[in-house]
Amino acid sequence: MSDFISDFWNLYVIVIVAGSILACVALLIIQSKATFTPGKTMGHVWDETLEEYNNPMPQWWSWLFVITVVFAFVYLALYPGLGNFKGVLGWTSVGQHKDEVEKVDATVKPLFNKYLAMDVKAVASDKQAMEMGKNLYLTYCMQCHGADARGAKGFPNLTDSDWLYGGEPEQIKLTLNEGRMGVMPPHAQLGADTVKDLANYVRSLSGLPSDSVRAAKGKEAFAAVGCSGCHGLDAKGMQAIGSPNLTDKVWLYGSSEAVITETINGGRQNKMPAWKEFLGEGKIHVLTAYVYGLSQGK
Amino acid sequence: MIKHEQIEKNVGLLIVLTLLVVLWGGLLEIVPLFFQKSTTTPVEGVKPYDAVRLVGRDVYIREGCFLCHSQMIRPFRAETERYGHYSVAGEFVYDHPFQWGSKRTGPDLHRVGGRYSNEWQRAHLMNPRDVVPESNMPAFAFLANTKAKDSVGADVESKMEVMRSYANARGLPTYTDADIKGAKAAIGDMTEMDVLIAYLQGMGTALSTMKQ
Ligand code: HEC
Ligand code: HEC
Ligand code: HEC
Repeated sequence: MSDFISDFWNLYVIVIVAGSILACVALLIIQSKATFTPGKTMGHVWDETLEEYNNPMPQWWSWLFVITVVFAFVYLALYPGLGNFKGVLGWTSVGQHKDEVEKVDATVKPLFNKYLAMDVKAVASDKQAMEMGKNLYLTYCMQCHGADARGAKGFPNLTDSDWLYGGEPEQIKLTLNEGRMGVMPPHAQLGADTVKDLANYVRSLSGLPSDSVRAAKGKEAFAAVGCSGCHGLDAKGMQAIGSPNLTDKVWLYGSSEAVITETINGGRQNKMPAWKEFLGEGKIHVLTAYVYGLSQGK
Repeated sequence: MIKHEQIEKNVGLLIVLTLLVVLWGGLLEIVPLFFQKSTTTPVEGVKPYDAVRLVGRDVYIREGCFLCHSQMIRPFRAETERYGHYSVAGEFVYDHPFQWGSKRTGPDLHRVGGRYSNEWQRAHLMNPRDVVPESNMPAFAFLANTKAKDSVGADVESKMEVMRSYANARGLPTYTDADIKGAKAAIGDMTEMDVLIAYLQGMGTALSTMKQ
């Protein structure tokens, strides 16, 4: 079916294209018959000394024109260009893209299939798979987790052994496939005083300097106002909902009293996008192994 | 026959003939595009920009994001692997003017919608180096200081009416009176940064496989 809204445009294109080429041919013929007067000037002078002669064009130059015309005919026969005519080769940019993808897939698919049949931990010790994983990581993940995978404020470090959602292959794969959503509700309604107690308590948990009186009050508040419902009574976090362990020295947002206060007051919402549809099984498997491998041996 | 001496000595004639030569190519390369289904029919899922995204788009244009970012994923594997489905003409029917761009100092943005979280977009615009230490993109933190309704959104109704007249001229679905009346309310107290992020998060989602 034609892409033009009416057949007029098909004719329009054909007439202008063919007409233009034929006009070039006509010009070539007329010029080849023209009479020249080599050696004599045309009689007018520009800019004091610039004179014009009536010499024929150099031969090689005329041939360039002839070649261009021949090229145009060959091109228009092979490729789309004349209205609705698709060209003998049937070339389309979409088709070219498809061929390119299929060609690469033919070599890459078997590789991914090989890795898919292997256990994540085994893939993680395969050198070639880890090179692929690194390239995939640098294409899709480095914007948030950093080129060195050490994360940024609000974006977790993937090279340590501290996990929000768990570091076993199944848990990592679930994170990549479905994405994650970490939600900590705002608690400003507790009042500045209680929030300060809580912040001091949170800091005391990982051995940071804190006001011990406030920390003791904070400890009570932690259980009383429901922090423990998400972070656990021991404040060690819960991987099921991605609430961080507050007793280690690893911070998602920061350890200063100001940042902790900001977290408690305003809450946090954090999203890891879902990659299942975009990346597909094979790439997810290799990436899972890559992420798993990042924190091994540490 | 006109001698070229006559053409060269007559500026008016020279201009007319030069224009004719230039226009000749346009007759073929540009004019038929207005009469092709693939360039004039919206792809399924492509809708007019809602008020918030429309003014977000104005921030994008005003800040010159197009100078460093294209919105045109070419049908090459290297691009579709990285960005997602190649761009097709029917996705741009509501773009006036289009933002295809011609230079990639940063990545293509056509399918950036849903690719990153709002939190990432905000952190990145506040200071790109907070999340991508290697970045040379300028910080746009000042966008958080101005309410959209005081700048790009001040005349949002008339912008929408212009867009509507374009769409009507081509028989495309477009804004209702209620959409235009509700525009200011939809923008509310959002900052320029908020509306820009809304625009970014809606980009290229008609053919995207990223989950929102
Ligand atoms: C939009 C930014 C963004 C991108 C892109 C992104 N992530 Fe994440 N990722 C996050 C955030 C934010 C979290 C933490 C979620 C939370 O706090 O609930 C996270 C969490 C994770 C976790 C869980 C960490 C833990 O401690 O349990 C893994 C694993 C992970 N990402 C891997 C990846 C991989 C692999 C990619 C590339 C395919 C990727 N991420 C791309 C933002 C991103
Ligand atoms: C509904 C569950 C929930 C409750 C209730 C909750 N939190 Fe959280 N908290 C989370 C989650 C989830 C995160 C991680 C947010 C993210 O992924 O960005 C978090 C993050 C934090 C952080 C940031 C840790 C870091 O590494 O930067 C602190 C501090 C914190 N919570 C303290 C508290 C305190 C104190 C309370 C009680 C007032 C509390 N939380 C109540 C779920 C909760
Ligand atoms: C000087 C050139 C420059 C300008 C101007 C610029 N950017 Fe960027 N942008 C970059 C570079 C380089 C990157 C890649 C590094 C990074 O992620 O910061 C980037 C990355 C991005 C990304 C992440 C894309 C991805 O897929 O990783 C987004 C979104 C973005 N820019 C939006 C914008 C917006 C919106 C504006 C206008 C307000 C803008 N940029 C202006 C250079 C620029």
